[in-house]
Amino acid sequence: MINLELPEQLDGLQQLMHAVAQNVLRPVSRKYDTQEHDVPTELSVLDRRPKPGQAAAAAKQRPEPGVKQPNKNGQNMQSVTSIQEMCWGDVGLMLSIPGQGLGNAAINAVATPEQKERFGTCYASMAITEPASGSDSGSISATAVLDGDEWVLNGEKIFVTAGDRCDTVVMWATVDKSKGKAAIKSFVIPKGTPGMEVVKLEHKLGIRASDTATILFTNCRIPKDNILGSPEVREGGKREGFGKVMQTFDNTRPGVAAMSIGCARAALDLTEELLKKEGYELSYDKSVWDSSAIEAELYRMEADWDAARLLVLRAAWMADNGHPNSMEASMAKAKAGRVGNAITLRCVELCGTLGYSQELLLEKWARDSKILDIFEGTQQIQQLIVARRLLNKSSAELK
Amino acid sequence: MSEQTAKPLFDLNLTDEQQLMRDTVRRFAQTELRPIARKADEAAAAPSGIYEKTLELGFNAVQIPEALGGFGAPRSPISNMLLIEDLAWGDMSLAIGALSALSFINTVLDQGNESQQAKLLARFTEESFQAAAIALTEPGARFDPRRLKTKAAKRGHDGYVLLGEKTLVPFASDAAQLLVIAELEGQGPTAFAIDPKQAGVTVTTESYMGLRPLALGRVKLDNVEVPLDAKLGGDKPFDLDRLLDLTRIGSAALAVGTCQAILDYVKDYCNERVAFGEPISNRQSVAFMIADIAIELDGLRLLTYRAASRAEQGLSFKREAYLAQLQAADKGMKIATDGVQLLGGHGFIREHMVELWYRNLRAVSLLEGVLSV
Repeated sequence: MINLELPEQLDGLQQLMHAVAQNVLRPVSRKYDTQEHDVPTELSVLDRRPKPGQAAAAAKQRPEPGVKQPNKNGQNMQSVTSIQEMCWGDVGLMLSIPGQGLGNAAINAVATPEQKERFGTCYASMAITEPASGSDSGSISATAVLDGDEWVLNGEKIFVTAGDRCDTVVMWATVDKSKGKAAIKSFVIPKGTPGMEVVKLEHKLGIRASDTATILFTNCRIPKDNILGSPEVREGGKREGFGKVMQTFDNTRPGVAAMSIGCARAALDLTEELLKKEGYELSYDKSVWDSSAIEAELYRMEADWDAARLLVLRAAWMADNGHPNSMEASMAKAKAGRVGNAITLRCVELCGTLGYSQELLLEKWARDSKILDIFEGTQQIQQLIVARRLLNKSSAELK
Repeated sequence: MSEQTAKPLFDLNLTDEQQLMRDTVRRFAQTELRPIARKADEAAAAPSGIYEKTLELGFNAVQIPEALGGFGAPRSPISNMLLIEDLAWGDMSLAIGALSALSFINTVLDQGNESQQAKLLARFTEESFQAAAIALTEPGARFDPRRLKTKAAKRGHDGYVLLGEKTLVPFASDAAQLLVIAELEGQGPTAFAIDPKQAGVTVTTESYMGLRPLALGRVKLDNVEVPLDAKLGGDKPFDLDRLLDLTRIGSAALAVGTCQAILDYVKDYCNERVAFGEPISNRQSVAFMIADIAIELDGLRLLTYRAASRAEQGLSFKREAYLAQLQAADKGMKIATDGVQLLGGHGFIREHMVELWYRNLRAVSLLEGVLSV
């Protein structure tokens, strides 16, 4: 039966995470926005890494194809629910919680049981982007060459979230540039491996609590079985190598979308609280045209926010129930990314100098939200994914 | 499930009955409504027999109590919403025409007392089509349902007298029953069941930008006398909020169905239309517009489903219905104008459906009080 309310258990999780965000993240939110690159030590209580031995047990259950399964509200819905609330607290700090990042998602998605045993408890960042290769991750030029029992890695990676604070890096490189996407593989490199060096930390518009690193690989040698997935290059078999790692994003995009609605909710909550003091309140009964311009704008933001949140929940619910959700994940990310950014910016505007002032956090949320419409697939990349699916186009037809 | 939870799981699956109904209604919309939509628009009239045909779908009798000849199923805003969405995919005007009686039925079930239900609903279990409608909206640039100009007053001890003017009324003179919402002195907005053929009622046909097959009517009430039991709910005050909220869901569902029709249409058109040597859908400026139609449509659909589901579960749904209707008016119109744009000059001529959907979707912002789920 159609029901778009959260069940008891997720309700509880949401309240719990909201309290954590309120009590652990909010008090230090401004501090780490100002003290960019300082390690937020207050977050150690939130360490997400499984204890040794737990990693393998956390293996994913996949529903059997063709068998009608009972409706599930599982891991993916829990994940977007907690991410949303944590980002209501602070996006940058949420991204700085050990063990929650993309690198870990990739390891969980692709690693063999033996690799999960070795890497399952690490704090892994993901190094994909290069100075000359952003959204077009098929064009990366970092290389991996097998030399005896070791891979030798060379290249420069930028925009690595948690690249400094992590203890492990998952890095993408090509094993044969002439073979295109099929030759792109991902490798796990523990920190301290000679030849891997963090050379720069970025100074950013927002999410300053989260470190963003440039990592240089110079003849960096790692064991042969630190490759995620098969080392074999199968031409035409896109789904094996590159496709498989790209699939990681189908699972993480609803998460980034959840970040965006969490951040936007923070801005809306505070804005509505401030404007209530000025006599503006939403009653949800008179026409927007009979409301003040401020109220009308709040109604519209609430509508867009709700629509974005429901798209996120749908994408997560589909994943929980074993339905392919690549298009719906991108829809959620596209809508949440743009709506989250628009809402936080409008809230600053509606609250005037109070919105713009660093006395409150509204201006910070308006800076933080921008990246959420960019990383893990920009707005335009999401539109491209949705359009190709809808129109049944290849990447050669719809470029 | 091992333990009973107070709140059900998040779920986007239809029940088996809803799925079955959906399959049937979609087929009907495709084979019976869509092919006649253009002709009905040009004629500003529904082709004869079409509403009789919709009776085959059997929706009117579903929720009517068994004692009155219905099936006695519980009130289901979700099922009604799905019905609106799927019929509107075929044609928004004909969907309103087909479901106007159901809207009347829903309101009488929600707010009428037992004897009124018996009196007013029995006719809808018969095999002939019975038109009925709710008359809420009043003429003028800024209608506000909270400031009704149509007035009702007690007439001695045996009835009421109605004075005022209603607009945008489906079927108007052809209806067997109208539910007129009027301001009753001292009691606020109140619903009265009237027969549009009775003395004092004058009906004139209106002409609008869209919704043309409905031949919507202006109903003038010049001291129309009705008996005491015409007042819906008896002594119980009429819950105008509930009617408004349920009809906001109805309007949103109309937009969802119509926007889905647009998406399906422009997808095919842009894949086939060749310019500069390739399908225009190979261009991002075209493809991204279509992607955005799909994204906003799905957001709107989920808002609408949520509001209906909350209504069905007895949860408060004022906020959700309001937001669904607001989003339907905003995004629905945006989708419609983009639909015309994507066809270029061809979108502007009446050979294609997009201009018709454009005209119909402009109505979503003013359909409060028309289609209750």
